[in-house]
Order: sequence, then structure tokens, then C-alpha cells
Amino acid sequence: MIYIVAVLGIVIAVSAVFALYTGKILSAIIASGAVSLVASLIYILAGAPDVAMTEASIGSALTTVVFLIAWRRISRIVATSTEKEDKNA
Amino acid sequence: MLKRILLIVSMVLLALILLPLLEGLGEQTHVSSLAEYYLSSGADDLNSPNLVTSVVVTYRGLDTLGEVTVLFAAAAGIMLAFKGLKMDEKEREKTQGPSELLASGASLLFPILFIFGIYIFTHGHLSPGGGFQGGVVIASAALLLLLSGVIPGVSHLMTSLLEALAGASYVAIGLLGLYLAAGFLDPRFLPRGEWSGIFSAGAIPVIYSLVGIKVGSELSAVLNAMISKGGEK
Repeated sequence: MIYIVAVLGIVIAVSAVFALYTGKILSAIIASGAVSLVASLIYILAGAPDVAMTEASIGSALTTVVFLIAWRRISRIVATSTEKEDKNA
Repeated sequence: MLKRILLIVSMVLLALILLPLLEGLGEQTHVSSLAEYYLSSGADDLNSPNLVTSVVVTYRGLDTLGEVTVLFAAAAGIMLAFKGLKMDEKEREKTQGPSELLASGASLLFPILFIFGIYIFTHGHLSPGGGFQGGVVIASAALLLLLSGVIPGVSHLMTSLLEALAGASYVAIGLLGLYLAAGFLDPRFLPRGEWSGIFSAGAIPVIYSLVGIKVGSELSAVLNAMISKGGEK
């Protein structure tokens, strides 16, 4: 039990560091979602299904989706504004 | 250079502050006296098989009301920020309608997810889960429809009406507990019901259903504000 939790903890740490140092925003968003998913596994193993459900649904599903949508809209805005600048130049 | 040294110094200080927590690691063999009370008399007090729900909705009910308020403030802030970010006409024309497969799949999954969300928050006092989890499941069902483009947007009137009604009823039930039972948010003014029946544990299922409706409509409205093609002005 403690070894499984240790392995899962290492997975969390690795994906968190990966999210920090990867250059791609998409990979960082997915990696931070994976952190929440693995954390919810640990909560289930520790006998806290209520917290695990919250973590899995909010932390790994909803937050990831909200980040993805925000990223998509921001990159669109950046793309259109650079287009306009090109036309002006 | 100075920035990096300051960073290292602050990290070392933070590690020193957090170090004493390591001593408390390991399997806990006893619980605190407050937890002892919850464990020994929580089930008798409230007749709810899920002790976590008893603590969240009743013993720490005021905290849950605060959490709901924080979520409301966050949702209001997001919607305010996205109000000025409507897609322009050119952008709207570029996005195509959903493919047949995606539309059918989303329409098929939506009712199942929606009912599952309702199941989670109406059974919060019996099984793991509750208002927040059920609400998020409902919001992800709405997200499925929004992302696949089956519906252009969620009605703003409907979500704000549901959200306001649920929030007001939550506080009203809390006040009812103050008048009819021991204190604010005390659920014992409704009958205890049968052990592990769906209509049991006083007002706990009612409160959690209201929280579920509030969270679900709030998060659906947030996702709608972020995704929708800018139908409303």
C-alpha cells in the first residue's frame, strides 16, 4: 500500500515538473490534469472516495477543459491581432 | 543573480517551515476529540450513512455555504471577464457545424450524464459524492453539448434563475433550521426517515440537491460564457 502511494507520488512529482519545464502549453495543461487524476487515485487508496470524486471531476476534468478553452481563445485573439498588425505595416 | 539568490533563500526558508510536517507522517492511530464525537454520534444524530456528508452539510454547514459563495464570486468574475471577448463575425463563420457522429454521440450521452449527476447529488447522504460533484457532472454534460455544437448556447436566463433560486432556498432552509431545530443549517426539522432510505437524514438531501443545482447551473453558465459563439449581446 505505502509503496503504491510512493510510486503514485513520484508520478505526480514527475508530471508536475514536466508541466513546468515543457515548452508546449498543450502538454503542460495535460500534465497538470494528470497530476489531479493520480492524486484522486491516492485519495481512493487512502479511503476517501468523496474527496477523490471531487478531485477527479473538478481537478482533472473541468480545470483541464477550462484551461484548454482559455488557451484556444487566447491564441485566436493573438493570431487575429498579429494579422491586423501585418495589414497595417 | 540577486533574484536567483533570493529565490533559493526563500525556498530554503519555506522548506524549514514545512519540515515539522514530516514528523506527523505515517499511519494515524487515534483521532482528535472532535472527530471522535462525529464518529460516535454522527450517525445517530442525523441518520445519514455517509458521515462525510453529515460533516460537510451539517456540522460544517456554514463552511459549505462559504464555499458556495466563493464559487459564485469566481463564476461572476469569469463571466464578467469573458463578456467583452465575443468572437467577431469572421471567426464565427469559420467554425463549422458538428459532424453526424459527434452530434449523435453527444446527444446520446447527454441524458445519461445529466441523470448521473442528479443521482450523485440526491444520493449524497447515502453514497460518496454530493452537491459539488453532481453539479460538476451536470456541467460536463452541458459542456459536451456545447463543445460538439449540438446547441449554440445555454440560456442565460435559465441558468441565472436556477442559480439564484437554489442559492436563496439554501439560505432559507438554513434559517428554517434556526427556527424549527437547533441552529442555522440544522437539517433535523424534517423527519429522520428510514435508515439509508432516499428520503432520510432530515433536510440533508434537500440541501445537497440545492447545492448541486446551484453548482451545475453556475458552471454551465461559466462554460457557456467561454465557449458560446457569442449569440447574446
